[in-house]
Amino acid sequence: MTVTVAPAPIPSAVPKVGPFRSTKLPAVDERTLGNGLRALAVRKPGIPLVQARLVLPAPRPKATDADQAKQMVLAETLLSGTQHRGSVEVAEALQGMGATLNVRVDSEDLRLHGGVLSPSLPDYLSLVAELLAEPAFPKGEVEIERARKAQEVLLQRSEPAVIARAAFKRRLFGEHPYAGGLPEPEAVAGVGAGDLRRYFTSRVTARGGLLILVGDLRPTKALDAAEAAIGSWTGAAKVPRLPMLPAVEPGPILLVDRPGAAQSNIRIGGPALTRRDAGLPALLLANMIFGGYFSSRLVENIRERKGYTYSPRSWIDHQPLGSVLMIQADVGTEVTAPALLEMRYELGRMATLPVSVEELDAARRYLIGTTALSTQTQSGLTEYLLALSLAGLGLDYLRDLPKRLAKVTIDDVRDAAAEYLAPARLPTVIVGDTKAIRGSLETLDTVEDAPEV
Amino acid sequence: MPAKTRRSKRPPAPSFAVERFRLDNGLRVVLMPDSSAPTVAIAVVYDVGFRSEPEGMTGFAHLFEHLMFEGSVTLEKGQHDKLVTGNGGVMNGSTRADYTNYYEQLPSNALELGLYLEADRMRGLRLTNENVQNQIAVVKEEIRVNVVNQPFGGFPWILLPPVMFKTFANAHNGYGSFVDLEAATVDQAAEFFDQYYAPGNATLVVAGDLDVDTTKKMIEHHFGTVPARAVPPLPSFAEPVPSEERRSVHEDPLAPLGAAAIAYRVPDPINQFEDYAASAVLTDLLADGTASRLYQRLVKRDQLATHVGGMLGTFGDPFDMRDPTMLQLLAYHPGGDIEPLLDALDEEVEAVAAGAATEEEVERVVTTMTAQTIRRVDDIMNRALAAAALEQQRSRAELLAELPAVLAAVTPDEVTGVAAEWLQPTSRAVLEVVPGGQR
Repeated sequence: MTVTVAPAPIPSAVPKVGPFRSTKLPAVDERTLGNGLRALAVRKPGIPLVQARLVLPAPRPKATDADQAKQMVLAETLLSGTQHRGSVEVAEALQGMGATLNVRVDSEDLRLHGGVLSPSLPDYLSLVAELLAEPAFPKGEVEIERARKAQEVLLQRSEPAVIARAAFKRRLFGEHPYAGGLPEPEAVAGVGAGDLRRYFTSRVTARGGLLILVGDLRPTKALDAAEAAIGSWTGAAKVPRLPMLPAVEPGPILLVDRPGAAQSNIRIGGPALTRRDAGLPALLLANMIFGGYFSSRLVENIRERKGYTYSPRSWIDHQPLGSVLMIQADVGTEVTAPALLEMRYELGRMATLPVSVEELDAARRYLIGTTALSTQTQSGLTEYLLALSLAGLGLDYLRDLPKRLAKVTIDDVRDAAAEYLAPARLPTVIVGDTKAIRGSLETLDTVEDAPEV
Repeated sequence: MPAKTRRSKRPPAPSFAVERFRLDNGLRVVLMPDSSAPTVAIAVVYDVGFRSEPEGMTGFAHLFEHLMFEGSVTLEKGQHDKLVTGNGGVMNGSTRADYTNYYEQLPSNALELGLYLEADRMRGLRLTNENVQNQIAVVKEEIRVNVVNQPFGGFPWILLPPVMFKTFANAHNGYGSFVDLEAATVDQAAEFFDQYYAPGNATLVVAGDLDVDTTKKMIEHHFGTVPARAVPPLPSFAEPVPSEERRSVHEDPLAPLGAAAIAYRVPDPINQFEDYAASAVLTDLLADGTASRLYQRLVKRDQLATHVGGMLGTFGDPFDMRDPTMLQLLAYHPGGDIEPLLDALDEEVEAVAAGAATEEEVERVVTTMTAQTIRRVDDIMNRALAAAALEQQRSRAELLAELPAVLAAVTPDEVTGVAAEWLQPTSRAVLEVVPGGQR
């Protein structure tokens, strides 16, 4: 398939670029396992590895410190042993298969992600099944891991990017579970083995979950192996639903104080369209032109012209309950207000004035080309398939995206930007040395101090 | 000690075709065709890294890397990037101890464009004071993000070399001091380009969906007209292995915990390759992942550390370094005296040096290293970049596909031997990071 997009304007000495060839997307084999888990397998040879993702619904209806602490320690201890193997044996078994296996627990689900040398896939799935069916949460291991996690929380709380992310999520989502930040170290250090056992058996389920296997495999055999290994694990009988996301109110600039900080971490954002919305391609293009890649207005302005920052960027973060447009720049303390002024200026320009044909076509070609690039590795394809499957979409989304992008007009981009990139609608959070930056920020907008975290 | 045996199991290995040739101007070229997807990856690596910076010019190699994106004789600032991204590609560059690379991945219909762009900036840059000043500001913000404003910023890659090494080349900060960066000039940049960016000092690798004959013609057409220039002699950065332990304490005002880096010199990565490969296995056996000896000892058994890690080479790629380099063991801990941690670490290292590593253990470690190696080269961009460094330093791009076999050939005896000879407390460097405690 060839996508017709006008070529880029370039000096005459520069070689012409021929028509773009789309990547052939692989077939996806699907089966619902006995426990209600949806399993997908894709043959993608090339290297003798298989990528695996297992998503088990585990909604956390409230972002309480206690629940967040349990989730954090659960993620560390699920691999600490079963009724048959200790933590060392689990670690050595994985190492001997050339495998990785990581656990993450968030407000939506418990997720296992990893990969394995392809000949060991059945053994790998069996190990995963054993970890789910008979997790031991040995007391000694839990005590070690909760102490480690409490230390890690201390470290994370000292990182400006983590502070900024937590403050921004809180600003955007308020009391919703999506706002969950980092629990108190004391809460983490207090989690017991019994808490974990109860949490795991009552809060994590197979029904509505998703298994994805991509790589050097035979789909039917891989799905048979998945059925045999984990098709009978059901987990919790019933799990709660998460509440809807709250409406976002713009409000004053929220300042989080880090005395003496060498930089200010500026975060701006708000709701965005989801992958299921017909209007998403126009917003994707608006985001690209604004700050989505190196050739964007934001990078050109505050990095390449002004030198205020190293890597400013914007992107759309898709979550099950809604998508968020995020804009960030870490800027020198002394240029905080000027940088914010330029960021808002570029947002305002997007929201009120048309983009150029050249900008639109360049962004289109970038999105089409890089979407194709990102599905070429086993892990890239796996991540895309995972994100799409969680949104109830298939790989045909990727097949159709170039055509949808090609149809977007300059007016479509302005309409999308007016709705989603309007500076007056987007909350701003800044982490920095309040004493040094507050005065000049107050010349731009009203400012409010964040409560102590 | 166990008898020296070779494992019979053949490791899984990727296979890549390698075509190499050299242009009259000295540019070395490797083509690695793979038509599994319609994309190409282009990597150009220049044989100059931050170890080559003269005194008073710390950080210059990296600043110069930024200037390579700021316009050429033909193209204005920003056009290089717009041509790559505007045709569906991605691009970047990075500065390492021993080389600097520039790369792009593009849909294969834009192969010739990518070759043109790399040849174009190899021919000559558009260096202006405005661009130099702008990129000095950008690099300072980069350093603030990654070092100044970050707990454990520069740990260990900036903080450890001055403990282990005595010569300026090996010991200095590759990101550079703000004083040196601010003093950088257009003239210095022009001279740096002249001295190090000759075609004969560069290696080009193109991987992906390409026809060998057509690509060769394109390369001859675009790069063949870049004039040959003098190539600097390969410098030696050799310095003796320390004759006594070297220690240093660094106070980090932002760190809430303590950390330690324990580093040992290792065999020459190129001239003692077999022993060096054994060092790579030793590194992972000691400190990679939850099955490793130091994790099991320091984190699980003694609970002296909350996290351990290990790296061979400055940034953890063992096979993109020249001599001298280090095996680095890293530990984060709740704070306080590190002596118990060092004692436990020494016991583990001594055990390995005395032959404790088993056949089964080495095989597990190598299996995981093989999987990591293979996973990395699934991406044709990583493949081209790794092949370019191997070709430049060893004239051996093929080594990329051979690494699983090389690692599989490492025996427990060889691991023991390297540990016994090189991992001595009397010739190591120990860097301790202590929390500054203001927050």
